[in-house]
Amino acid sequence: MCGIAGLIHRGKSSNVGSELQGMLQALKHRGEDSTGYALYGDTDGKNFIMRFKVGENVGEGSSSVMEDVSVYDERKKVVDETLAEMGAKIVKEERTLPYSLRYEIDYNVKDLLEFSQRIESIPGVEILSMGKSLEVIKDLGNAKMVCDRYSLDKVVGTHAIGHARMATESGVDIKSAHPFWGYPFSDVSVVHNGQLTNYWNNRRVLENKGMRFMSECDSELIAVYLAEKMRDGATLEEGMKASLTGLDGVFTYFVATKDSLGMAKDTMAAKPLVLYESDDLVAMGSEEIAIRSVLPQEIDTYDPFDGEVKVWQI
Amino acid sequence: MANLKSVSKKSKAQSMGMHSEVLTGRTQQKFFNPDEAENFYYFGTYDVDFNKRTDLDVKDMTAPEANKEIDNLMSQGYGTIVIKNPQGKHSLGVGILNKLNLIFEGSLGYFGMGSCDGPIVRINGRVGWSCAENLMAGKVVIEKNAGSCFGAAIRGGDLICKGSVGARTGIDMKGGTIIIGGDAGAFTGFMMQRGRIIILGDVGINLGDSMYDGTIFVGGEIGSYGSDAVDSELTKSDQDWLKRKLKVAEIGENFDVSKMKKIVAGKKLWNYDNLEPTEKKGAI
Repeated sequence: MCGIAGLIHRGKSSNVGSELQGMLQALKHRGEDSTGYALYGDTDGKNFIMRFKVGENVGEGSSSVMEDVSVYDERKKVVDETLAEMGAKIVKEERTLPYSLRYEIDYNVKDLLEFSQRIESIPGVEILSMGKSLEVIKDLGNAKMVCDRYSLDKVVGTHAIGHARMATESGVDIKSAHPFWGYPFSDVSVVHNGQLTNYWNNRRVLENKGMRFMSECDSELIAVYLAEKMRDGATLEEGMKASLTGLDGVFTYFVATKDSLGMAKDTMAAKPLVLYESDDLVAMGSEEIAIRSVLPQEIDTYDPFDGEVKVWQI
Repeated sequence: MANLKSVSKKSKAQSMGMHSEVLTGRTQQKFFNPDEAENFYYFGTYDVDFNKRTDLDVKDMTAPEANKEIDNLMSQGYGTIVIKNPQGKHSLGVGILNKLNLIFEGSLGYFGMGSCDGPIVRINGRVGWSCAENLMAGKVVIEKNAGSCFGAAIRGGDLICKGSVGARTGIDMKGGTIIIGGDAGAFTGFMMQRGRIIILGDVGINLGDSMYDGTIFVGGEIGSYGSDAVDSELTKSDQDWLKRKLKVAEIGENFDVSKMKKIVAGKKLWNYDNLEPTEKKGAI
């Protein structure tokens, strides 16, 4: 089933980590195999923040293979060496969990394609996000468990999207969890509720164009599809509108960039979405109770119609 | 499935195009004899006094707890219950089978007022997906917007949304009336079998797709017609009924009903009974 939630504060920052945790926890009955956050925090914008993993969570319910921590250490070492070879300087390093790392990197290159390909050519290593504001954090368990594990409740920023997952079409692991980074674009992330039925056809076409897939989760296609459109010069909104016919199946998805948040709903309106919109805040989720976790007072909300695409700026 | 046959003398409802199928054989009249009504016991009903009023704050209750408490209050004879702080909770007010004035001071989540028979409900907020599913009788008024599958499979009663509704409104409905003050989404009236839908605003694509019977009235623009949904003539009797219904519904009282479009089933899909038994298996 899966649940998605997102919010954007316009003209100010807020405690988006805590707010999104509340929204996703309200949706935990829609799936708690894994939960993911894409948080757009307040930063000075100088350095890239790279969230990456060197292994999988092999806890209860995981479909991943157990590995020794020494394997993670070895992969981290190779990542560090590769960054040095590319001239990327690690400014700050955090290792929240043995398999999950956060680096602040001083790296003065706009095209992240080559950078990402080099890092991800290291076996077992996957970049979860790369950007100057975006941080993707995803792991097994419900929203509160992931939030507590990564101390996300203190993150301050302008906007965020998240996903509570019930695994249906791929494994219970971090690589199949949402959000997906819009590789290789800095600060682009996607969450999705639904099923895409032309995943393999689209994937084949996109891979032939040089795009990369890290999982077999159909939802990853949306991130790659939009990234490819933007690579060809389309705006985010143009890419999203194209996806209404380019992607087949049922879907409601959110996409976020450094300064915007968007939603798209398929032409059959088969997946739910409730939306609240005011001058200073947009909040949306699969169910109204998600929005109620940040706005408990009586509010005016609505369901966007079929084939609707909306984008908001901070 | 009821047999279909043409009759020369049509009822008023049939002449208005509200339904054109003539039921024969095991009809409702046969099972529900008014003469035996006094001997009929309806499980889960209470004698309530509409003048006996109380408030119920469900802020810290789960939906089952809240529904149980509504039932408890009805058993004490309360005929008017005001629900405070529903806060978008799912499945509130389900399974109410007797007359009751129920007022929600706020919004409901999914499946609100499902499987009800008889209550008069006012929701001073919005509702999520599948509001009033399987409504048998009564009246449900939503002051704001509603989600998708609004009034799915209702069999009777009046379901009114003063705002806009999502997709598949009135899907599989078998009776009753749904009235929308604003716009409606895609697949409105999808596979409806009887009843009437009134939309004062615009409606999305595939209106009345695969509708079997019933009538849809639209005041605004239509995105597209669904399979076997066709225009029909809006008669004087239709207009009189629409005026009366909109007045009772408290919306669109001054709406110019003469310009509304009337959509009914083209009946080109009515070929199931023409199939041979072996062909029916394939059709299923």
